[in-house]
Amino acid sequence: MPLQVITGNHAAGYALSTAGEANRTARGVACGIYPITPQTEIVEYVAQFPFSKGHVVPVESEHSAMAVSIGAAANGARAFTASSANGLAYMAENIMVAGYYRLPIVMVAVNRTLGPPWNIWADQGDTLMLRDFAWLQFYCETNQEVLDTTLLAFKLAEDRRVLLPAMTCMDAFIVSHTQTETDLPEQEAVDRYLPDLDLPHRMHPDEARTLGGLTWPHEELSMRLEIDEAMNRVPRVYQECRESFTEIFGRDPGDMIQTFGTEDAEVILIASGTMATTAREVVRRRRAKGEKIGLVKVKMFRPYPETALRKACQSATKLAVLDRNYAAGAGGVFWQDTRAAFQGHRDEVLIQNYLTGLCGGDVTPAVIEEILSDIASRSEAGKPVWMGIDTGEETVQ
Amino acid sequence: MNATAPTISERHECLLRPGNTNCGGCGMSIGLTMLDRALSDAGQTCSLVIPACCGIVTAGAFPTTSYGVPTIATTFASSPAVASGVASIRDLNDEPGQVICWAGDGGTYDIGLGTLSAAAERNENIIYICYDNEIYGNTGGQRSSATPAGARTSTTPVGKSESKKDIMSIMAAHRIPYAATLSVAHPQDFANKLSTALSIKGMRFLLLHSPCPTGWKSEPEDSVKLVRIAVASGLFPLYEVFDGSSYRINIEPDGTDAAEYFHRQRRFSDDEIDLDAIRRFCSKRMRRLNSLAQQYSADG
Repeated sequence: MPLQVITGNHAAGYALSTAGEANRTARGVACGIYPITPQTEIVEYVAQFPFSKGHVVPVESEHSAMAVSIGAAANGARAFTASSANGLAYMAENIMVAGYYRLPIVMVAVNRTLGPPWNIWADQGDTLMLRDFAWLQFYCETNQEVLDTTLLAFKLAEDRRVLLPAMTCMDAFIVSHTQTETDLPEQEAVDRYLPDLDLPHRMHPDEARTLGGLTWPHEELSMRLEIDEAMNRVPRVYQECRESFTEIFGRDPGDMIQTFGTEDAEVILIASGTMATTAREVVRRRRAKGEKIGLVKVKMFRPYPETALRKACQSATKLAVLDRNYAAGAGGVFWQDTRAAFQGHRDEVLIQNYLTGLCGGDVTPAVIEEILSDIASRSEAGKPVWMGIDTGEETVQ
Repeated sequence: MNATAPTISERHECLLRPGNTNCGGCGMSIGLTMLDRALSDAGQTCSLVIPACCGIVTAGAFPTTSYGVPTIATTFASSPAVASGVASIRDLNDEPGQVICWAGDGGTYDIGLGTLSAAAERNENIIYICYDNEIYGNTGGQRSSATPAGARTSTTPVGKSESKKDIMSIMAAHRIPYAATLSVAHPQDFANKLSTALSIKGMRFLLLHSPCPTGWKSEPEDSVKLVRIAVASGLFPLYEVFDGSSYRINIEPDGTDAAEYFHRQRRFSDDEIDLDAIRRFCSKRMRRLNSLAQQYSADG
């Protein structure tokens, strides 16, 4: 398999395109695309891909990009798109539709700060805003992980036990625009991994069914419950998709949560995306000095892998949750879900929130060190701590 | 065309099934039945793509549906974009059947205009039918940009001060293969134009003047009469535009006065309607259309 030095965006474009191409022996691929910094290179890649049986529709808005993909997916196509920040906000109404229609659409989202004021740098608040929309969500750390997770996302989303759309997320510029060596699978291998899509509830010319008409409360309630049941099945199906990925592509696409040094750790950092790369290096250095600290990288955020997370943190008494997002009036989103995961199970664990790298700020090793010092000095958790605030005296980072 | 319309029992499957709960005198319902007839006559089938509007309420409650064809509900602004995806996959798989957007004036003139314009600019291979009842009917009767000047709605309590948007000119300006107006009072003209639309590929836009007794505050039995007066008086001209450049007027106004159209609808009040101004406007618009149809005739 060829190694190439490419950006995270091109890794995503490659994964989307080869996954779409793999459905050429079935109903093909169609999608709507619309540019927004910093994901534009993804849709450019898709628009230039020579699909054997595909149609890429360059639409006038993100709202319509998802709408085209919905129309295609509802007719049995493999469908996808990509977006970022305000584009995701504009698309939101139709993102919700894809989830409730149980369409296995895959979207690559490049995490960018929501404006105004305008800022194109990394912040996960855009996709986390969409956390309740019946989509699976994955946060990736490297170009390779973006590529692998995007392919896995199709497999998982299209599994009949799941049938939910999936979002692969990466940090703006840090991943999207950084070129690294990436292993690009051959089309033939993608074909084997992603067989023909056969959507059970697709529109059929001979079937007079109405998708999405009026529904009584008790009927719609059942549909929501079915989504919950599908979400509950995701962790098990994920492992199957991961195993078959390893079998076909010869590498592990990674677990839903990934641990480093957690087996004996008293303090554990919980991080996602590229924050995990920096945190892992700091943890590695500190563990070499004998300190009992560890890292949990949360790759899958929806559904939130509560059981796996609790298991990974068995030895810890303190958790520092790093959030590159801020839910106004509440705090970090990963922190909220982590607290919920431990509540009633291990109420004694100190779970402290650190808001870091927001609005594109750098999460440097010094920031991680500062977080570790802070949590070490704590005997109880407090309000979320804002990192990297310019006090006008000296820079914190 | 068949000499007589087949009865329901003679039909394999209706596009709009009996037993739906639409209002009496609903122009949209008549339009759906006429569409069904046109598809049958052409030996074609269709899928419906319907945004938020009375058209999707027509389907009734899950798991039953009043539509005898595959139908997908879309968000308010999205029907042309969803239809683009549906049509893409139909065409990639060489499948027959028209992809038809069936949308009200709110979804067409207002919230969906950008989406519609983009689909027209891309010349998507779809038919877009706007049943224009000049009001947000589904939400109980608020003004849209298709509401005519003077009409009272729940958001224009003393009558709308702005005039109706000229959606036909907007769509023709996209130079789409076919744009035409339809009236439920002229079934033969309706059938002819549907036949034309069904024989063309690319973006086809059809504007149906659709009486709404609930919103127009008119008697259900007057529905067809009202839209017939609208055509005869020049309030709603019946014409076609090919490629945005050549024109054909299908039914010339016959000199019928527009007054009765307004008198029979309680959304209009006599002291808020300037009939002379309306007559002048209609006659000027017909002169312009006639001039276009003569200079740029679709027939020569």
